[in-house]
Amino acid sequence: MMNLLLNLINGISLGSVYAIIALGYTMVYGIAKMLNFAHGDVIMVGAYICYCSMSYLNLPPVVGVILAVIVCTVLGIVIERLAYKPLRSAPSLAVLITAIGVSYFLQNAALLTWKSDPKVFTSVVNLPSLSLFDGRLTISAVTIVTVLANIVIMIALTTFTGKTKMGKSMRAVSEDNGAAQLMGIDVNRTISMTFAIGSGLAAIAGVLLCSAYPTLMPTTGSMPGIKAFTAAVLGGIGSIPGAMLGGILLGVIEIFAKAYISTQLSDAIVFAVLIIVLLIRPTGLLGKQIREKV
Amino acid sequence: MARRSNTKMVPVPSDSIVPERDLGRAPVLETKHLGIDFGGLTAVDDFNLTVGATEIAGLIGPNGAGKTTVFNLLTKVYQPTRGAILLNGKQTADMNTVQVNKAGIARTFQNIRLFNDLTVEDNVKIGLHNQVKCGTVTSILRLPGYWKSEKRAHDRAMELLGIFGMQDVAKHQAGSLPYGAQRRLEIVRALATHPSLLLLDEPAAGMNPSETSELMETITYIRDTFQIAIMLIEHDMNLVMGICEGIAVLNYGRIIAKGTPDEIQNNPQVIEAYLGKQ
Repeated sequence: MMNLLLNLINGISLGSVYAIIALGYTMVYGIAKMLNFAHGDVIMVGAYICYCSMSYLNLPPVVGVILAVIVCTVLGIVIERLAYKPLRSAPSLAVLITAIGVSYFLQNAALLTWKSDPKVFTSVVNLPSLSLFDGRLTISAVTIVTVLANIVIMIALTTFTGKTKMGKSMRAVSEDNGAAQLMGIDVNRTISMTFAIGSGLAAIAGVLLCSAYPTLMPTTGSMPGIKAFTAAVLGGIGSIPGAMLGGILLGVIEIFAKAYISTQLSDAIVFAVLIIVLLIRPTGLLGKQIREKV
Repeated sequence: MARRSNTKMVPVPSDSIVPERDLGRAPVLETKHLGIDFGGLTAVDDFNLTVGATEIAGLIGPNGAGKTTVFNLLTKVYQPTRGAILLNGKQTADMNTVQVNKAGIARTFQNIRLFNDLTVEDNVKIGLHNQVKCGTVTSILRLPGYWKSEKRAHDRAMELLGIFGMQDVAKHQAGSLPYGAQRRLEIVRALATHPSLLLLDEPAAGMNPSETSELMETITYIRDTFQIAIMLIEHDMNLVMGICEGIAVLNYGRIIAKGTPDEIQNNPQVIEAYLGKQ
């Protein structure tokens, strides 16, 4: 029983990381109608920045996280500006391939800078674990912080898109780019802003991920990136609550599959669930059903 | 049926006519030899038109004549191949869609393009976007500036929705409104961007005769209240002949006639374009 509960909590925590990454995928897809496959590698850059500022510069963890967020936010804007903006009117396949190119570029740049040997990431959360039920259930502080961070981010983002001018323009652009321009919304600025937010969140996800799973390599971001993309599709790509739901579901399924079925098969099971969901609901769990006009 | 406007129209250089009352003011729009080619096809050519500062102008013509293309040129959805557009006397050659909007052109669409997932009020606020200054940080932190600008935007949105008596549905999702109300909301959203020239692309499409005559009243009311120019594309001749002061007829991308409603109705070329040779 305690085991089940522990697995559930760990699943929600891993899922929270997926959800935070998935937000970046889903927001960028919603607004720029592109799949930014380099998003996973921004996570890795964020983790490295935090690692460097803590290990080399001996800065406190909080400063490390803030630095990581700043660097990734700027990185996101620069990537969009240099790689994707020139392709704004290009076919989507060209943009997709460019995104894969950017992904390899980031991985190899990291390989050059930080070499291939895995770094051991020191957790940014230095709090004692929480003991419940007379010590029969121990939840690590990172797990709790991850879930809390996810909740805070979700609330902040929902407020942002629902209440602020910039957030509303984002929704307008995602719905009808052309009409938004004719209403005086600067679409380029809006897209830039989306990349900035998505990449800043990726940095937080990277730090949280490496705090829970402390091995940091240039390829650290790619698998969580793909899982988060899966989560975004599962929840309905373009939908912010969808990314949240998809991420958490995926995390829980993964941990349960690892615990009760097979460690090796866990990824296969995760992707099988995706295939089944898409067969039944092609637009994802919370995705909008697109009505064909006749 | 609605009264025919009896505005006195006077000729201006550029081979157009504008209402006499607008003579002292610069025309809101002046196009000179405007044209666009799509590959080998000339969609619009040698389009010369002057619209007075408070004129209600009509652009009519058979299907496929290039009317919506003209709107797309004016709003820079398409870049013109030839010619010039002067908006309040200013060249718009270097402007993009957003800048043209800020410079004073707003429009509605033939096929409604509202932000369906946003509320009615938020659709209008998107239009108000350029006028309400409030930074993202201020809004997230809910600083006093946020509430002040939010209150202003809300009041303004409500005032504009009031033109069509739509305050009650402000919190509804735009996509859930009935068709006629969506058309009206598009006009409100366009008005919210504070235009000096409002382009209406088939505003009466799909409306019944009583809705149409109500719309005619409203268009005139908007012009009178905001003192702006309105240019509309419309197939409903009762509406066009009822409220437009100057009319241009487009056929195969060229203007074949310009004049007052009476002149247009009796123009043999126009009759031929619509009905074929007799």
